[in-house]
Amino acid sequence: MQISVQSDPFDFGALAQEFADGHTHMGAVVTFTGIVRDDDLGGLDVMEIEHYPGMTERAITKFAAYAKDRWDLGDVLVIHRHGALKPGEMIMMVATAARHRVNAFEAAEYLMDYLKSRAPFWKKEYVNGEPRWVNAKPEDEDALSRWD
Amino acid sequence: MITLLYFAWVRERIGLPKETVETTATTVKELVEELRARDERYAVAFSDLASLRVAIDQDLVDFDAPLTGAKEVAFFPPMTGG
Repeated sequence: MQISVQSDPFDFGALAQEFADGHTHMGAVVTFTGIVRDDDLGGLDVMEIEHYPGMTERAITKFAAYAKDRWDLGDVLVIHRHGALKPGEMIMMVATAARHRVNAFEAAEYLMDYLKSRAPFWKKEYVNGEPRWVNAKPEDEDALSRWD
Repeated sequence: MITLLYFAWVRERIGLPKETVETTATTVKELVEELRARDERYAVAFSDLASLRVAIDQDLVDFDAPLTGAKEVAFFPPMTGG
């Protein structure tokens, strides 16, 4: 299990390759990468991601351990960045390894849903120089109930 | 002594990221009442509890959670990770 909360960029290709290597019993590896999206026709200057040091690592570790157990994962990786990010930069990545693809996909989706609404990160966008906090969406909260 | 942490717009509205308080409050709700009574900035930040989340010692809890043994209480808006 690899968990990292960091401001530095990460090398998605190298991490995905390293994660996929050496599994002789895991037939499926799923990776997901989240990218800073500009919804404002080039207006997004920067996205600042704030987090709660300590609780963030603790929460992600808890979700990853739960996913590993529930979907019988061979391995799991979560990387999430904080700090100032530009449109097109990678914010986070999740990787799951399971015997079969259904488990790998479901575990990755579970992790994404929980990272979105239960890991203590807050996004602030600067659009054309104006700051605004990104609001949580009701549908993101609703998405959690499918894992009950 | 309890350490209070504020994040995102809660931090901005209150105007500081962290402080320590002496309190006789027994629940998070009572603590919020004390803070609201203190200053307009707190009253504004805590005006709508439905738009806030709270964690005690880095675990999410409800506002009626007891403060027994709490060292660190954090207030913040709904999270927007991913």
